[in-house]
Amino acid sequence: MYREMVRIRHYEGRILQEYHADKTPAWDIGAGLIPGEMHLSAGQEPAAVGVCAHLRKGDAITAPHRPHHFALAHGVDMKAMTAEIYGRTSGLCQGKGGHMHLFDPENHFSCSGIIGQGYPVACGQAMAFKRRGTDHVAVAVAGEGAANQGAFHESLNLAAVWNLPVVFVIEDNDWAISVPRSHSTANTSNADRAAGYGMPGVRVENNDPDAIHEAAGAAIERARAGEGPSLLEIHTVRLWGHFEGDAQAYRGAELETLDERDPIPAYAARLIEAGDLTDDQVEQIKAEADAEVDAAVQFALGSPIPTADDALLHVFA
Amino acid sequence: MTTTETPQTADGTRRITTAKAMAEAIALEMRANPEVFVMGEDVGAYGGIFGSTTDLFAEFGADRVIDTPISETAFIGAGIGAAVEGMRPVVELMFIDFYGVCMDQITNHMAKIHYESGGAVNVPMVLMSATGAGYSDAAQHSQSLWGTFAHLPGIKVVAPSNPYDAKGLMASAIRDDNPVLYLFHKGAQGLVWMAKNPRSIAHVPEEAYTVPIGEAAVAREGSDVSIVTLSLSVQHSLDVAEELEGEGISVEVIDLRSLVPLDTETVLSSVAKTGKLLVVDEDYKSYGMTGEIAAIVAETDPTMLSKPMKRLAVPDVPIPYARTMEYGILPTRDKIAAAVRELAS
Repeated sequence: MYREMVRIRHYEGRILQEYHADKTPAWDIGAGLIPGEMHLSAGQEPAAVGVCAHLRKGDAITAPHRPHHFALAHGVDMKAMTAEIYGRTSGLCQGKGGHMHLFDPENHFSCSGIIGQGYPVACGQAMAFKRRGTDHVAVAVAGEGAANQGAFHESLNLAAVWNLPVVFVIEDNDWAISVPRSHSTANTSNADRAAGYGMPGVRVENNDPDAIHEAAGAAIERARAGEGPSLLEIHTVRLWGHFEGDAQAYRGAELETLDERDPIPAYAARLIEAGDLTDDQVEQIKAEADAEVDAAVQFALGSPIPTADDALLHVFA
Repeated sequence: MTTTETPQTADGTRRITTAKAMAEAIALEMRANPEVFVMGEDVGAYGGIFGSTTDLFAEFGADRVIDTPISETAFIGAGIGAAVEGMRPVVELMFIDFYGVCMDQITNHMAKIHYESGGAVNVPMVLMSATGAGYSDAAQHSQSLWGTFAHLPGIKVVAPSNPYDAKGLMASAIRDDNPVLYLFHKGAQGLVWMAKNPRSIAHVPEEAYTVPIGEAAVAREGSDVSIVTLSLSVQHSLDVAEELEGEGISVEVIDLRSLVPLDTETVLSSVAKTGKLLVVDEDYKSYGMTGEIAAIVAETDPTMLSKPMKRLAVPDVPIPYARTMEYGILPTRDKIAAAVRELAS
């Protein structure tokens, strides 16, 4: 899990660097080799690795607008994903989707940029898995802001009444863009909402990879065994802005303490102390991550740019 | 349980309602392909509020004909998810007017996933829904709205006018690898509890067949005036054409059947022949199908028209309740006939 967290962080760090590297003018969100909004996942890696460690080939994930950590942890090809983010024809979606709309049918991975709207689709994937008699599961991921969407509540009820193999994952990073959780949600744990739909709900505090791994394992195992859906809320942290370029003035003093909440150094320290990881291994893992990420960026940069006429393809199958 | 009429003619030729024809097409596809299933509100034992799933529950059971909670976002989204995994769900949205509570799943997901994925993911799903006015169900249960969905890229849109096409288009829709919005008019279903045109009950072959999506039909040949229309308005237009034949006016009726893709060739060749065009639509007038047909003619060759064309559609008001007002704004036979007479004069 540590290795995967480092891999993801190095990926996001490099995308951050590349995103800003050639923005001319710097204020123009649509400029540069990587145009458009960019929502990076730094700090939220434990959720992705803790959940995806239990998933098998054929299990599905629907991710929200901030998808890279779940995509990478679920096995989406880094090169094809990067080429998509660069808007190239060799990208996962041939440059039509971009970073919020990544689709990888081989890994049953998809995103929706609309808050909470991936939940119903995951229910349908779970329905297909169940109807076909497989033990695959679908995992629906969104932020705590999405838990106030109707789609979330409709999906929980549907999954419960049909006993679908779905795990609903809420990444609570305390902020729905600039609105703190306390201003949007009356209860303090979305896990409590699970009881209203007759399913188990667990909230994991402290962004702890091991605790997330354990709770996710129980929920996924339950779904796989045909015992129905679960809700898992993970209290995590958004180390960077909602999107790149977000000045985050609304976070105030919290910004100064974010480094202390970075889960990766904390997890490394714990593993080293337990004797499960050495300093040399840390350096090696970082070097390997850098090399893999660099190869993905080079692949993207070397890939063809779509033509204007390519926009007319793929409206219909 | 919804009941529909299934009269037999003296020679034993089977005549069935549009509703029964739809259900029969679904049943044939379900027998042929285990990946086809139906879900929606009251599609099970009830048979669909407008008869679209008549008898399916008895044959296929609750496992494949699934009553849903009143959660359109969840169950349409679930249809999309199942389709993404390669199943072929037929999902019913009870009234098209209910689109407001599930539009994100329809337009941002059902319609866009294939495109956004660069063609990597298909969504082979049928979304069927009841449209239309004429029985005082008022503003939230009487709209047509096909123009709204035809405007948004990524959804095929069909609207049959008769039992034969209803069965063939449903088979095509289920077999299509794209999302198909199948809009059936309540007034053309042949329901025992709603006034109907005799054209809503007709001979339909028992075996499976398809009507291609994207091909209009020349429902009646004529030489003086072309009426381009779809759905229930085709029935009205055919009635008018028969009536006006006695007045020496020869009316050609084009049944579009599909709005996406649109068969412009059949429309243009009819207009080229008659030089006079009336477009009839039960949807709202502005920014809709009537304007689209007008634009296609104008972009192709406006000199095809020997007289300015006419449009007959709902005059940009919500559908009112009281019968006088409702029929005041619908494209009735009388209004169609008057418009044709003006064009022919």
